[in-house]
Amino acid sequence: MNEPSVNEFTIKIANVNGTGSASANGMLMKSLFRMGIPVVGKNYFPSNIQGLPTWYEIRASEKGYLARSGRIDLMVAMNAETYNIDLTEVAPGGYLLYDSTWPRHSMLTRDDITIIGVPLAKICNENFPNARIRVLMKNVAYVGVIAALLDVDLEVIKQLLSEAFAKKADLLEANQLAINMGYGYAKAHLDTPLPFSARISDKTAEHIIIDGNTSSGLGCVYAGATVGAWYPITPSTSVMDGFKHFCELTRKDPETGEKNFCIIQAEDELAAMGMVLGAAWAGARAFTPTSGPGISLMSEFLGYGYFTEIPAVVFNVQRCGPSTGMPTRTQQSDITSCAFASHGDTRHVLLFPANPEECFYAARDAFDLADRLQTPVIVLSDLDIGMNDWMCADLHWDKNYQPDRGKLLRAEDLEKIEEFHRYLDIDGDAITSRTVPGDHPKGAYFTRGSGHNMYGAYTEDAGEYLQVVDRLRRKWDTAKSYVPGPAINYSEKNNTGIISIGSCNHAVREAIDTLGEEGLGVNYMRIKALPFNGQVQEFIEAHDKIYVVEQNRDAQLKSLLCLELKVPDEQLTEVLHYNGLPVTAGFVVDAIHQDLAKGVAA
Amino acid sequence: MSFMSKPTVRHPKLPVNDIGLTVRDYEGGMSTLCAGCGHDSVTGALVQAAFELSIPTHRFAKLSGIGCSSKTPAYFLRDSHGFNSTHGRMPSVATGANSANRDLYYIGVSGDGDSLSIGMGQFVHAIRRNINMLYLIENNGVYGLTKGQFSAAADKGSKAKKGETNLQPPIDPCQTAITLGATFVARGFSGDKDQLVPLLKAGMKHRGFGLIDIISPCVTFNDHEGSTKSYAYTREHFNLAIAANFVPPVEEITAKYEEGTSMPVKLHDGSTIVLRKIDQDFDPMDRISALRNLQENAEAGEVTTGLLYIDESQPEMHEVDNTTKTPLVDLDYSQVCPGNDTLQKIQSRYR
Ligand SMILES: Cc1ncc(C[n+]2csc(CCOP(=O)(O)OP(=O)(O)O)c2C)c(N)n1
Ligand code: SF4
Ligand SMILES: [Mg+2]
Repeated sequence: MNEPSVNEFTIKIANVNGTGSASANGMLMKSLFRMGIPVVGKNYFPSNIQGLPTWYEIRASEKGYLARSGRIDLMVAMNAETYNIDLTEVAPGGYLLYDSTWPRHSMLTRDDITIIGVPLAKICNENFPNARIRVLMKNVAYVGVIAALLDVDLEVIKQLLSEAFAKKADLLEANQLAINMGYGYAKAHLDTPLPFSARISDKTAEHIIIDGNTSSGLGCVYAGATVGAWYPITPSTSVMDGFKHFCELTRKDPETGEKNFCIIQAEDELAAMGMVLGAAWAGARAFTPTSGPGISLMSEFLGYGYFTEIPAVVFNVQRCGPSTGMPTRTQQSDITSCAFASHGDTRHVLLFPANPEECFYAARDAFDLADRLQTPVIVLSDLDIGMNDWMCADLHWDKNYQPDRGKLLRAEDLEKIEEFHRYLDIDGDAITSRTVPGDHPKGAYFTRGSGHNMYGAYTEDAGEYLQVVDRLRRKWDTAKSYVPGPAINYSEKNNTGIISIGSCNHAVREAIDTLGEEGLGVNYMRIKALPFNGQVQEFIEAHDKIYVVEQNRDAQLKSLLCLELKVPDEQLTEVLHYNGLPVTAGFVVDAIHQDLAKGVAA
Repeated sequence: MSFMSKPTVRHPKLPVNDIGLTVRDYEGGMSTLCAGCGHDSVTGALVQAAFELSIPTHRFAKLSGIGCSSKTPAYFLRDSHGFNSTHGRMPSVATGANSANRDLYYIGVSGDGDSLSIGMGQFVHAIRRNINMLYLIENNGVYGLTKGQFSAAADKGSKAKKGETNLQPPIDPCQTAITLGATFVARGFSGDKDQLVPLLKAGMKHRGFGLIDIISPCVTFNDHEGSTKSYAYTREHFNLAIAANFVPPVEEITAKYEEGTSMPVKLHDGSTIVLRKIDQDFDPMDRISALRNLQENAEAGEVTTGLLYIDESQPEMHEVDNTTKTPLVDLDYSQVCPGNDTLQKIQSRYR
């Protein structure tokens, strides 16, 4: 970075996990946010509790580009073990900050970047009495140094500290001392600010910083979910943590402590899914959060839910597969497995939120769709959305919102009708009425995953079986008019398009801007749900060339498009990123450049 | 709920229960099981128990896994919701249903294959959570529906129809349940309805997880010489340890208790079970004693039956969790949505 720039930079902080760096890093990100600068914080952490390398990346972007940037302007190398790699990652012209208490290995250096040493451990050892606090305060001290290097408003940091430690005066004092030490040292010994720095802006008003799991959990509270069953699995665990937290906050009787919710930590994902089906069958809005391995275990029950038509909501916070894969790395590699989870002719409604804000509303949509369509709905988020800190527009809840419970007949409805048959398509939209146990003897029916006819009775009759499964296929068509359509940016001038999905969104939009600056106009469609509706087909038909950008090896979204729509395979070109890190704009741009160059050569 | 089942074709002479229903109103569809199958007798006992308790039919929910035994919920309580789930997974579905509606009578029907092999994990965890339900294992020592393979309940040395000998030790669901802290554990025999009906009634009224392991012979695959789950073997080795008589709340207990042998146990809803010790060493209120006796009797080749263990003092899942008394399914949306103002307040922590 040669020219001075403002509010466009990426800092990466290398730590050892379990050393308490997360709160210091979060504070640094939040201070930029409070200065009005759009930011995103991405955590690259190991599947381990203590002692392994971990990185936190903060991208500040006045322009609002919040994908992983792919270039590091300032590396804060606090982990001697990864120093070597960290050094190589810095962009030419960039900076590396390290703890100069101990001498660096003389071999490791670069001429094209500036290396800054600050004796952080030494300063902390001189000022803090015990070992644990020294380790913690070293993190805070580097935040002080960075604040000086980037011209971060110290008052903002101090405000954040006083909020965080409102009830812990001694910790507040220690933290403030550490910030001042780092800041003071940098001001006295270093050239500050760096050529890239932070300046007060106004781009974060009416925004929050939140991760997608927390917002998913919050969304489930607002959607009226009363039962949650789950089995812990990275990276989905914090969905239930969030749900529980907000339920405890808002759904407990202040006097009796009685809860208007029930959370069950199941013995495994099979049981979690069974519990959700049981609760939904009994009439509650119920959900389970999980990740890929959990989906595999839930598959038998997902097929059961499809065939018996029980509303259920599943959050799949996708991680790197196959098998156990890389639990703390991101991917979008469960699209196919979720679309068709279970044996037989089974297909599921899927939602694809792109960020934490969309996760919040996707929770509401998922419950409404599940109830309306009487089928399991799977929300496919991923680790990048679920566990990283995203800047999002403020969330709002429409006070007139009422859950769409679909064709659910309660006691008073049953009183009014002559007879009830569970699987009889009276309205012609392939959706039948359901009842819940306990309401009324007229509503009784028998739920079975075995062959049943339109009256709910057991059958092995070919014709009766066909009536049911063919109606289910028609219900899939009905679903097209209920699920959210794609988000489309279209100009008639362009005949190149990009189709993408979920967390690729930021990288793709940034890439489209870059390509536009180069003179290549590109249209964009972001898929938000399965089944695909007519708009998806139209967009594809309107373009000669379409790139499908997704984060898996096997082009799962592209395959699904070809399978479900009338699309010639050649019309779609794969752009696949699947190494476990979130995709960058640069990757998308390079892939398109390479493809275009191929065309020229041919 | 104030709704009553509409009586089907009613024989004028059939007796009615306290809510005006006949035993017919508690029946279900025609059984498709083999003639003589023990499971059909259990169905009959269930019908009678539910009828005698005068519980409105739609206040039951019946759930099962997969197997001949798991088919039976279709054959009783036609005016109740039924859930024939997947193999071995009924406990989780029952748990979920119960979480949503704590006010129903849940009857889970399973087989020895369904509960002790594929479903062992869910079975033990439903016990651990003390789900308020009656859980029946219709135990025939084999997989009936897949044509006679040994189940995990088959005794060591028991012979299959084609002569093969089972060499592995059995899992005893009663011992397992007691070990895990189950609060109501009984064993019955499909061939002894007089014993079974009171056990079923007590189990329905028990607050918490009630297990009844019912020896229920499979006439097609496991009723031959050499089988330890046949009618003949069960009759021969039947050892009634603790007899139980169910007394509803309104009825006065007139029986005299012989000190040390008979004891009344009050249930949550005011009804009583009067336990009568047949086996004097066996104390059904003492977990260690119950386990020791069960083990000793099993060593001796006996089929110990009766109400083997009971503890009415333990809280069921919702009591542990302090869930609201109103079934969650009956909460209005306004009671569970915190509203936009709260949302805005919550968000101030994310800036
Ligand atoms: C996942 C799965 N695996 C296997 C089966 C096949 N299956 C159906 S019933 C059954 C055994 C049932 O045995 P049990 O529970 O003892 O019932 P019974 O028929 O003896 O009453 C098996 C293995 C199945 N339905 N599902
Ligand atoms: S096979 Fe056995 S268990 Fe199944 S119905 Fe026949 S007798 Fe009953
Ligand atoms: Mg069996």
